[in-house]
Formats: sequence, structure tokens, C-alpha cells
Amino acid sequence: MDRTAYNLIIIGGGPAGLAAAVSAYDAGERSILILERDTRLGGILNQCIHNGFGLHTFQEELTGPEYAQRYIDKVVERGIEYRLDTMVMSLEMGENKLKEIMAVSEQEGLRLYSAKAVVLAMGCRERSRGALNIPGFRPAGVFSAGTAQRLVNIEGYLPGRRVVILGSGDIGLIMARRMTLEGAKVLVCAELMPYSGGLKRNIVQCLDDYHIPLKLSHTVVRIEGKERVEGVVIAEVGPDRKPIPGTEEHYDCDTLLLSVGLLPENELTITLGAEMSRVTNGPVVNESLETSVPGVFAAGNVLHVHDLVDYVSEEAGKAGESAALYIADSAELEEGAPRIPIEFEGGVRYTVPSAVAPDRVKKWLKIRFRVGDVMQNRKVALYLNGELAVAKKRRVMAPGEMEELVLTEKILDAHPDLKRIELKVEEDA
Amino acid sequence: MITKNLTCIGCPLGCQIEVLMQENGEIALITGNTCQRGEKYARKEVTAPTRIVTSSVHVYGSRKGERTVPLKTASDIPKEKIMDVIRDLRGVSVPCPVHIGDVIMRDIAGTGVDVVATKEVE
Repeated sequence: MDRTAYNLIIIGGGPAGLAAAVSAYDAGERSILILERDTRLGGILNQCIHNGFGLHTFQEELTGPEYAQRYIDKVVERGIEYRLDTMVMSLEMGENKLKEIMAVSEQEGLRLYSAKAVVLAMGCRERSRGALNIPGFRPAGVFSAGTAQRLVNIEGYLPGRRVVILGSGDIGLIMARRMTLEGAKVLVCAELMPYSGGLKRNIVQCLDDYHIPLKLSHTVVRIEGKERVEGVVIAEVGPDRKPIPGTEEHYDCDTLLLSVGLLPENELTITLGAEMSRVTNGPVVNESLETSVPGVFAAGNVLHVHDLVDYVSEEAGKAGESAALYIADSAELEEGAPRIPIEFEGGVRYTVPSAVAPDRVKKWLKIRFRVGDVMQNRKVALYLNGELAVAKKRRVMAPGEMEELVLTEKILDAHPDLKRIELKVEEDA
Repeated sequence: MITKNLTCIGCPLGCQIEVLMQENGEIALITGNTCQRGEKYARKEVTAPTRIVTSSVHVYGSRKGERTVPLKTASDIPKEKIMDVIRDLRGVSVPCPVHIGDVIMRDIAGTGVDVVATKEVE
């Protein structure tokens, strides 16, 4: 079977894929194809009908579908090619550094593609019940929050009338409000951790506004019902996150929504053989957002789970630009400048990127990271060769909020012969 | 005196703010906030809280078999009107195509605010 050749193939037509395509085009690349498995572009934004998107990018509050449309318009204006209803089955390295892609669609069947560069933009999926080990039968009525969101907002069905939500991630909080507005009774939102992973704004406007109680340090210990959920039992957990006997409380309900975390969707990345991070479950990338496989870039939730789509778009823009640069001048990039790992301490869980070639940084580089615990009055400091180069104060940091530090080309230029990059979160007196 | 308790949404700190109000609705004291933004938020939230409402309604005649179109109030409305807005949208069904910004309902629930579509549905 012949391979259809493009310079750049982008896997995924959600916010990351769209932004990567636009910026690759604007950087001069014209041979671009986006492969999207859904029947429309825009990815998960299509079902996120609430507002609050785009404050950073467009300085206005858009809903998810509106935010997506801004980028879809940019793709269409530029005449960038895309194929919908097309699922990528495999991604492998071929001869002459070409990446080989096998995709399948109802219209075209199996089709093979080749590309000089690839941007991975597959996003993430929700952690499911299977990962939680909740005892009980497998009755209907247990949904991930995102599935319920799709059912309500896209399919137009209400999946239940009396609802308990496990996990206080943003999608769970948003669905607490959404189900309430559609006429369901949301009884309680239980969160295993002593703090919520969701934005404060969502706790106030999705739970407090509707008098839905949030029970921190609580979890579901039993799901009752055989054919359909008939109730759940919630118990308090101790500091070891194990249920405390005697604290069980029964709730009569027909639906349990799970909002218990997101996992980057990296099957293609893993079979390709790219080096993976055990913290983010995404690939390890350098300053160009390039994985350990030359010419394969990653951005958005496939790389690390984001809280704000604005950051996804910005990150993906960089990945698209890097991909265009790689295609235009792959020989130069092939040589590979020596990369300096970013070391970190003080409660930082990971950084993206994880290593930097200083001479490859164009204008600026954003180092994104998350901390492992809620912390107050800290200073985020970046040391180059042991010397303080960038610092900013943070009154409060939380695991649920992604942090960033900007390293400019100018600062890097002031540190020639760079050997060591350290990111530290320090007490701020 | 009436006491109102709020969680500030200005930043992840989420200060617990306590607002003391006189019987006539005048604010007597705001405590618990740790910055100016918190005070501003508390003032608005206890005197005239507003929200943008988003929801969805059914469509018919979609060329692509789509079933719903999402929508929003074109600007924020008083918080106590949220359920009235939702009630007025019950049973509404609109013909395709629908474009972003199309008015689905004018002056919903007497708020003076229109409800507009937020997605292209062919």
C-alpha cells in the first residue's frame, strides 16, 4: 500500500493539535495534516459548554465550543488539511527518519501515511472505576464525569436523577452544577484528599451556589445495586487515606460520577519507544517539546495534564513551531546540542521540559511544573550554574494549579558555558 | 447584624471571608480576606452576585445528526435568576443550522439579557 506523504502530521484535532497546526503553518510549513478520530475538530472543548476559557489567550471569557471555534477558524482560513473520523492505529519509525502512520476510517478504510515530523496531541482520558478498587457489583449508573458531560451536553440525555460525585476535580464540580440545572439532585461530592483538586471558582460557583456539600477526606467504600446503582456508602478516611470504620454513611442514589484524575493517552508514544515520565505519564521532552525520538513532538494533555486550555494552546504553538523548524532544517537539529537536565527540589514533582539545550531557546522558554502539596509563602527560584537567575514569589501553591517560570534567551546568553539548571521552591521569609 | 460567609475565588488560597451586614444591607465589616481583591469580591458577592449561565437545548434538522446546541447568557445575570433562566429554556428546540452568537431567546426570565448559541451546528 502506498504511503501518503506529508511533512508534518498532527495526531489529534483538539486544542493542542489545532494550535500546533496553526503555528507550524505560520512558521512557514505548508504540508500539514491533522488526524482526528471524532466527527468534528475541537476535541473535549466541544462538550465543555461552561464559560471561563480563553481569558489569557483572547482576554475574554468564552465557552469551550467558542474557544475551539476560534482555532478551527484559523485552521480553515489557512487551508490546513484535516481528516475526521480517522483513528491512528500505529506510529513507527521508518526508513530515512520518516515516521510511518497507519490510520483507519469508515470512509477510507486502512490508510498509510508518512511524515518528516509528528506532533503528538492525543490529549488524555479519565481514570475509570477499575483503577479505584471499589467493591460491589457492576451496576449501570457509574459514569466518569466526562462521560456524563458528553451525555448531557452533546447527546442530550440526563444519565441520572439522584447523584453522588466521587472526586472534586474540575470536571466533577462542573457536572455537579450541570446535573443540578438539568433537574437532578446532587447529594454530595466526596474527595479523598484533605483538599480539592478543583479551582476555587468551581467550588464556589458549582457546589456552594447550589448548596451541594463537599466532604473532604471522604471516599466511596461501597456501591449498592445489581442492575442499577441503588445507593453508595461514603466513609471518612484517615491521614493514611484508608476508610475509618464507623464513619460510613449511606446515600440513596441512582448515579455515581467519578472525577478522579486524568491520564495522558500515550499508547502510540509508548509503542513508538519514546522515553516516558513516570510522574506525568507523558513523554519526556526537551526545550523544543521534542520527545526522545527525533522529529516527534508533544503538547497539551498528552504531555502533562493542564488546568487551563490557554496554556495548552500556547504550549502546542511552541511544539508546532519547533516541528516546522525541524522539517526546514532537520540536518542541523539532528546533530543535537548537548542538553542540560533541569534539576528540581522543594516539593516540585516534575518539570516540562525536563532538559534544555540553551542555544535552541528562541526568545523565551516556559518551564512548567507542579508541586506535590499545598504550600504558602514560597519563592520559586531558578539557578544557572549555581547563580540565582530568575525568581518569583508565590503566596500559595497547590497541586491542582500548574506553575510556570519564564527563562529568556537574554538570561541564558548571560550564562555562557551553562552546566547546571536548578529549579527550587524555597521558603520566602 | 447578619453574617455572611464566603470563599474567595480570586486565587488558590481561597480565603474564608466573613461579611457583617446591617439590617438595611449596608456592609459593616469584612474580615478574613488577605488582600484587596478579596474585599472587592466580597462586596460584590453579598450585594449583587451575578453569574453567566450556560446550558444546552435540543436542535432539529441537523445535517450531521447533532442533537443539541450549547448556549449562554450573553452577559452575567443576577445569581437568584439562574433557575428562572433554566426554567425558560425547558422544552426549547431550535432548527439547524445554528451559528455562534445566534439569539436563542431574547430577554430571558425578564433579565434583559439574551441567550445566545455557543457552537456551530450544521
